Amino acid sequence: MSFNIALWLSQDAITNGAIYALLALALVAVYTVTRVIFVPQGDFISLAALSLATLQAGLVPGTVYLLIGGGLLITAIDGVAVLRKKKLKRFAAIALENIALPAVIAGAAVWSASRPEDILLQVAVTLAIVTPMGPMLYRLAFQPVANAPILVLLIIAVAVHYMLTGMALVFFGGEGVRTQLLPDISFQLGVLNITGQSLAVIITSLVLIVLLAILFGSTVYGKALRATALNRTGARLVGISSEFTGRLSFALAALIGAASGILVSPFTTIYYDTGFLISLKGFVGAIIGGMTNYPLAALGSLLVGFLESFSSFWASTFKESIVFTLIIPVLLWRSLTTHRVEEDEEP
Amino acid sequence: MSRRLLLLAVLVLLAAAPLLLPDFYVTLMNYIGLASIVTLGLVLLTGVGGLTSFGQAAFVGISAYTSAVLTTRYGISPWLSLPACLLLTLPISLFLGFITLRLSGHYLPLGTIAWGIAIYFLFGNLEILGKYSGIAEIPRLSIFGWSLGGGRQMYYLIWAVTLVALLAAGNLLDSRVGRAIRALKGRTTMAQSFGVDTNRLKIILFVYAALLAAMSGWLYAHFLRYVNPSPFSLNASIEYLFMAVIGGSTQVWGAIIGATLLTMLKEWLKDILPRITDQSGNYEIVVFGLLIVLMLHRTREGLVPYFSALLPAEKPVLARPTTPPLPARVQPQRGEPLLEVEGATKRFGALAAVSSLSFEVRAGEVLGLIGPNGAGKSTVFNLMTGVLAANEGEIRFRGERIENLSARAIARRGMARTFQHVNIVPSMTVLENAAFGAHLRGHAGVAAASLRLDRPEEALLRHEAAQQLDRVGLGKNLFDQASTLPLGSQRMLEVARALCADPMLLLLDEPAAGLRYLEKQALADLVRRLREEGVSVLLVEHDMEFVMGLVDRIVVMNFGEKLAEGSPREIQNNPAVVEAYLGSVA
Repeated sequence: MSFNIALWLSQDAITNGAIYALLALALVAVYTVTRVIFVPQGDFISLAALSLATLQAGLVPGTVYLLIGGGLLITAIDGVAVLRKKKLKRFAAIALENIALPAVIAGAAVWSASRPEDILLQVAVTLAIVTPMGPMLYRLAFQPVANAPILVLLIIAVAVHYMLTGMALVFFGGEGVRTQLLPDISFQLGVLNITGQSLAVIITSLVLIVLLAILFGSTVYGKALRATALNRTGARLVGISSEFTGRLSFALAALIGAASGILVSPFTTIYYDTGFLISLKGFVGAIIGGMTNYPLAALGSLLVGFLESFSSFWASTFKESIVFTLIIPVLLWRSLTTHRVEEDEEP
Repeated sequence: MSRRLLLLAVLVLLAAAPLLLPDFYVTLMNYIGLASIVTLGLVLLTGVGGLTSFGQAAFVGISAYTSAVLTTRYGISPWLSLPACLLLTLPISLFLGFITLRLSGHYLPLGTIAWGIAIYFLFGNLEILGKYSGIAEIPRLSIFGWSLGGGRQMYYLIWAVTLVALLAAGNLLDSRVGRAIRALKGRTTMAQSFGVDTNRLKIILFVYAALLAAMSGWLYAHFLRYVNPSPFSLNASIEYLFMAVIGGSTQVWGAIIGATLLTMLKEWLKDILPRITDQSGNYEIVVFGLLIVLMLHRTREGLVPYFSALLPAEKPVLARPTTPPLPARVQPQRGEPLLEVEGATKRFGALAAVSSLSFEVRAGEVLGLIGPNGAGKSTVFNLMTGVLAANEGEIRFRGERIENLSARAIARRGMARTFQHVNIVPSMTVLENAAFGAHLRGHAGVAAASLRLDRPEEALLRHEAAQQLDRVGLGKNLFDQASTLPLGSQRMLEVARALCADPMLLLLDEPAAGLRYLEKQALADLVRRLREEGVSVLLVEHDMEFVMGLVDRIVVMNFGEKLAEGSPREIQNNPAVVEAYLGSVA
């Protein structure tokens, strides 16, 4: 392998690794705050990429119906409960959030579909469609069993992933898509041909990571999330609603998933189930960080990026096998260095 | 109608099915049988043991491919490839279990997801495995020249294996090891204090499930006579897990219910959905996902309890032991030092919960360890029983240092404990919970239990449990589910369980909490009788009245240190103790 090829592979590795890092951070955030191992994370990638492609084709994506349906369902469940108690104001708030907001987003989607050249609008609408699905998912699937053991939450997460994959297939069919984001600009840096696309990925990821750091480090919401992650009961006792932090972390996960989907779709063909595989690589990164350590998770994701890119050069057919086998030495190392018997939770 | 008759009817129906059903349904039944074998492993692993694996389809695949390659490329007889399949699965599952099961619960599912995907891509890319197009023309099985080529012949083999596996698994759960397996879900600390090697047991359980999957894979290869990667993907693993969750967790035949329901539902949905919707799509996975979510929101027990309720009740009987009773320990000489704590210190960060504490328990005495809330009594208790390790100091049991031993090793040396917060397995009967205490007095392992070779020993263990239960006044409740007992009785059950271990030193952690007056009296009488028999007792207690009338000596703790030591009378008149408990009068 020549130095040039190594450089070129590294560029690829960093571009992909940046996406995996973003996903790993979201996974760690959701896991520490809600104890949910968020398998459906990757489905947001597919849903976002496919929605964006549909908008670019001048059509309204089926995810809009998913959003409206979810909102109606939540209104039916929560709204009826508050109506029984005659809390009209509360009902208005629920209806505003779950019926009016999806309606506005749907309107924006229709408008955007009529303007195929306005890429910025398409991106904004895609984010607006996918992000609210996070908290909706939390409300419908996880909040009713928020105190269940981790394994029950995991099985639910897998079931939700199953459903979302199935729905993605229903809405978008089995065809793969690529989106058009930036004009094909590229420039020469030494021997390296840097594409605008990969630069955009790296910059956006870095910006998002910095924003996340600010959110977690110095905003009251971030502090609420961290408090819940450290001690759920304690956080509740000082007035932090674990329902709120749960929804917030899911919104973050959906936003990051959607952003990743938008970022990767110009250079990876996205099918209805591609996102799952991408997010699993984020999982490998997150596991390297023990599911709880943000910096280690990000570094682990970069490692996954490098491993993937270099193994695709040396043994392209075994690329996926090699990447997912990486988890085995990591687990072996963790297992040999963990002496504390981790007490499992009560059933 | 008794259960036996019902079982017979089911067997007759199963045997007659291929003679009556059309081809399509026989094939469907075969698929159900194959899935049931894999799901059975998951019922044991996930439902009973609380461990989740997303790698079962990968084990099925490894075995199916192994047999396919061995029989098509090397012309080896399928009957010889079966042991090869099992022998290959064994080290793989051992290794995977070893690296994930020592970590907390979610590493096994995550590890098996990654492993399941890796192996799937390996199947799809290896030249020798025929890449994504797979391997065809796998030979059919034959017995003494009689070919098992058709679905109807394979039906009998598949269902014979299914039923044998089911029977063996049922036997396993109803045994000494089975009780330990049933305690893995959230009761590992308790299990360890009665000598169960929980880490080893988890690995055994994982391997057991993997071998069942391998068995199914071998049958699959020679039933379909064609393998390709897709039935061994992660999605297939997920479906197996769904079958286990839907079928049920606590009963082995939940596997058949889950496999049947999901297989039928899938067929039915494939049939019906295209008629309702004009779009093509994988609607059934949406429906499956929805079903699982709704189900887990309502119950975590699966559908088995609903089916159980339909069954005629079975009257349990206690088998009479046919062999001589369990050997009892020789109690040490009265007055000899039994447990010595010397300068024990335990710090949690900057807080010294226990600091340079020294005291001893002599053989044959009842020692009370008392102190106000937060004095460090529970920490001392955990140091003595191996749940926590001391930072400094020595703890000796009959002269042997034990401060660095595990809870398991300490139990083996003759200490048995109760728990401050009742720690029983709620789904087991009172008798089974008590028999748990005698775990170290039995030896039958997984194989013996599955084959029912453990019955004489099991009768002894159960007999012992029944006797100890009788002693604590629970003789009438042997077959009640433990969770239905009132709190006071559950505490007495804990005492009976500890007694089943035939201890030299009985450690009671606040046994009188939550007991009514008469129950306390009965407990005090029991402790006195034990003292007469030569058993030594260490009592950590809050209830002054209970302690004062019962113990020989008292050690009083405050702020992690020993405040006083002496006879009950001396302690009652000790000004420092009075001040610690009631505050200064001045």
